[in-house]
Amino acid sequence: MTESKLQTADKPSRTPFQESWRILRRNRLAMAGMVFFIAFFLLALAGVIVTQEWDLRRGAVMDPTTIRLADKLKPPMTRCSESDVPATDRPLFGVYLLGTDSLGRDVLSRMLQGAWVSLTVGFVAVGLSVAIGIFLGGLAGYFGRWVDTIIMRFVDIMLCIPRFFLILTVLALWGGGIFKIMLVVGITSWMGTTRFVRAEFLSLRRQDFVTAARALGLSDLRIIFRHMLPNALAPVLVSATIGIAGTILLEAGLSFLGFGVPEPHATWGKILDDGRKYLFDAPWLTFTPGFAILIVVLSFNLFGEGLRDAFNPKLRERGA
Amino acid sequence: MGGTGKLLDVRDIRVTFRSSDGPPARAVEGVSFALDAGETLAIVGESGCGKSVTGLALMRLIPSPPGIIETGQAILEGTDLLTLPEHQMRDIRGGKIAMIFQEPMTSLNPVFKVGHQIAEAIHVHQDISKEDARTRVIDLLGRVQIPSPAERFESYPHQLSGGMRQRVMIAMALACNSRVLIADEPTTALDVTIQAQILELLEGLRDQTGMGLILITHDLAVVAGTANRVAVMYAGRIVEQSPVAELFAKPLHPYTRGLLKSIPSRNVGQAKLPVIPGTVPEASNKPAACHFHPRCPYARDICRQEVPELRKLSPGRLTRCWALGDWLDEE
Amino acid sequence: MSDQNGTLLDVRGLKKYFPVRKGFLRRVAAHVQAVDGVDLSVAKGGCLGLVGESGCGKTTTGRVILRLLEPDAGQITFDGVDVAGLDRSEMRQLRRHMQIIFQDPFSSLNPRFTVGGIVSEGLKVFERGQGRRAIRERVAELLRIVGLSPDAANRYPHEFSGGQRQRIGIARAIALNPKFIVCDEPVSALDVSIQAQVINLLEELQERFGLAYLFIAHDLSVVRHISDEIAVMYLGWIVERGPADAVCEDPLHPYTRALLSAVPVADPSTHRERIPLEGDVPTPVNPPPGCRFCPRCFMRDDAVCPTQVPEVREVRPGRFVRCHRVE
Repeated sequence: MTESKLQTADKPSRTPFQESWRILRRNRLAMAGMVFFIAFFLLALAGVIVTQEWDLRRGAVMDPTTIRLADKLKPPMTRCSESDVPATDRPLFGVYLLGTDSLGRDVLSRMLQGAWVSLTVGFVAVGLSVAIGIFLGGLAGYFGRWVDTIIMRFVDIMLCIPRFFLILTVLALWGGGIFKIMLVVGITSWMGTTRFVRAEFLSLRRQDFVTAARALGLSDLRIIFRHMLPNALAPVLVSATIGIAGTILLEAGLSFLGFGVPEPHATWGKILDDGRKYLFDAPWLTFTPGFAILIVVLSFNLFGEGLRDAFNPKLRERGA
Repeated sequence: MGGTGKLLDVRDIRVTFRSSDGPPARAVEGVSFALDAGETLAIVGESGCGKSVTGLALMRLIPSPPGIIETGQAILEGTDLLTLPEHQMRDIRGGKIAMIFQEPMTSLNPVFKVGHQIAEAIHVHQDISKEDARTRVIDLLGRVQIPSPAERFESYPHQLSGGMRQRVMIAMALACNSRVLIADEPTTALDVTIQAQILELLEGLRDQTGMGLILITHDLAVVAGTANRVAVMYAGRIVEQSPVAELFAKPLHPYTRGLLKSIPSRNVGQAKLPVIPGTVPEASNKPAACHFHPRCPYARDICRQEVPELRKLSPGRLTRCWALGDWLDEE
Repeated sequence: MSDQNGTLLDVRGLKKYFPVRKGFLRRVAAHVQAVDGVDLSVAKGGCLGLVGESGCGKTTTGRVILRLLEPDAGQITFDGVDVAGLDRSEMRQLRRHMQIIFQDPFSSLNPRFTVGGIVSEGLKVFERGQGRRAIRERVAELLRIVGLSPDAANRYPHEFSGGQRQRIGIARAIALNPKFIVCDEPVSALDVSIQAQVINLLEELQERFGLAYLFIAHDLSVVRHISDEIAVMYLGWIVERGPADAVCEDPLHPYTRALLSAVPVADPSTHRERIPLEGDVPTPVNPPPGCRFCPRCFMRDDAVCPTQVPEVREVRPGRFVRCHRVE
């Protein structure tokens, strides 16, 4: 009896990424979330293009700043009153698809402009916090001992500070503005990621493949970045998507309180704030941004949970 | 050896696991055997052969999607376990028929004291006061040879070693006077010296209570030391059934023969171990007809075309092979 | 099977203690004396089997020899070089000669790397300047040597069975042509028929490349088959050491005798009298004074054993025992 046959796996080859995609695909809610997420992204992108004044002569395609007092507080799907509004100020298609606010500004245009703000604030702030979190969490998890202790106590201190009030304080002292918001949210939101990454590193450190890498004589840096980090990112991705949702809500809250992006730039929170006074007269001013925030946050959360399941190695197929 | 009549009569169990994408996995394909009171039947096989699934099926513990017990009967003292409604099965599970597993740490709840957990098992099946239950538990802990049982009653699982936890699991099975105990790899996770103690304990208890013991394992040496009869499984089917001495002396199935030959302790002084080439097939992708034929040195055309049935060759010896007779002469 | 080509690895007085920290300030309350004064040696191309039950320190010994854990005391001489005295970059250079194979075929391979990536990583780090093609060919050759088809290089570990993954781990270990491999329970997690395949492969590689092994396992029959010499560990000590067949057929130390009597034999007609050991395997935290095996020993002499630590003695040529009672 000879073993002359060389062995190999029988099934078609799949990268771990493809495996994860397969699992994600089966989760309908997560897929719906992802679809909405992509739609939202495209809409925001379209919004920037469409609401910007690219050409000073022609103005924006859908100008969110045009004030038409004649047409204020019109409900959605109202035709523009052509007699009172000059031609240059008319909305696209002549219809206010989502109505107008107290200054006659087209709500749809403002929503589109605000979408971009929500998106950038979300991504940049979360990107910053994830970068900080991976760095600190990786250090704490890999080196352990006093490095770990110092970093984790720092995390504990930061967690004691109520984030929202810290942001308000900073913004009140140094003024608002989109960049400041992104920065402040970013540097106050990294604690969760740090914990996740640290936990993953702690458990990865014990895995035999890390010991194998050390036995091969690989440098610490190579081990951290090539071996451990790619395996530690799954919970980070999940918390990042959920973090984006949270940041959008946060920005809306800040704008609602008047601490957000300065006028006349629209954000969803601002539209909510403006609509507060007219809740019963013009409910669409509240429901439109509110509903939009709900959908976006919900879809991000569902997508994030789907990612968590997709990256869960226990759901994977295994060889015999 | 027991022999007061069949305690457990298992007939043609088939268990399949459906998968959302891909073919179903036929984990158990027509397994039948009988267990007498006071005897140990070992079900031996490598991973993926379906031995654990068989044990879980008898306990009706197969997770129901995705697993289904498609057919079969398991008759214990007149009742078919596989067709009982769930609430009646719950009365029997842990009572008349009990199971212990490989990893006692995960079988015990870490937040309750072990005494409490055993007592809970008693309370589920019997109406008994707390004090009486406690006395019984301490008595049981003594019977499984746990030192200082009264103190151990108050221990948490993490305070006990692997061997002791396994004894606690055995105590739970004894607590309700089980007639059949299924032990699924009970000593695989234990050190050799502890393994020997546990196996002796199981044998002793079996003799004392007259219960039937189904020992599921991959370790042929364990089987040799403690089983009365052996059923060898491969890829979901029983390929050989035999009293233990005859199985080791003269295996009838090429798979059994290959397994025995590859054990290092039977090859003392040889440089190279004889091996069975290839690997165990996956449950969802088994070779047609005889599942073993791709790896079998005696395979012939009929092996690829028709499933061999389990045939009786001599009293108590069954085997599932077409090439029989011929290769035995070659030996 | 091994010629005395000379000693490749010589270990003397190896110790490794792990501190047990308790309390709010994490003070050191005690030490787990995982390895406490171990001497062993492996000949070039030879195989030393290291056997023992859980908690005996065999895995720790293997890791300390490779300096994956720092030794607390003792000397490790590898091919004439004092391993413990090397600095980090010298150690890195030495590592290519001493490799390790792990027990768990599922956690020993990085799930995000391709098989080719796993096997070739050592090559990429140590043999720079080799083109991608040369590395690919070397990987294909290595895979063939361990019995896997070269197209496995593009696949991921999770697509393979346990035995196949173990082969991948072996390919990784031999990629840099080491002289010495620590095999840490390499077949314990595998099925019986696959065990035989992998054991044969390890022996083949040993013959073909002149590899020396430190074969750590708890299964005595496997160890006996592959090793020239066996060392039995108990609670951080090597209690017996000698040629494999001699130790298995004529054990001297009481623990070895009890261990061998407990090993089940794949033959129902043999009836072995099991030597029972009282109690469970203790943990190596604050071990008993005197002989560590004394509390469970059936040969103990109460005058000497509980208080005096036995030294390792060569009671017969080539047979070393750490016991007061063996002559």
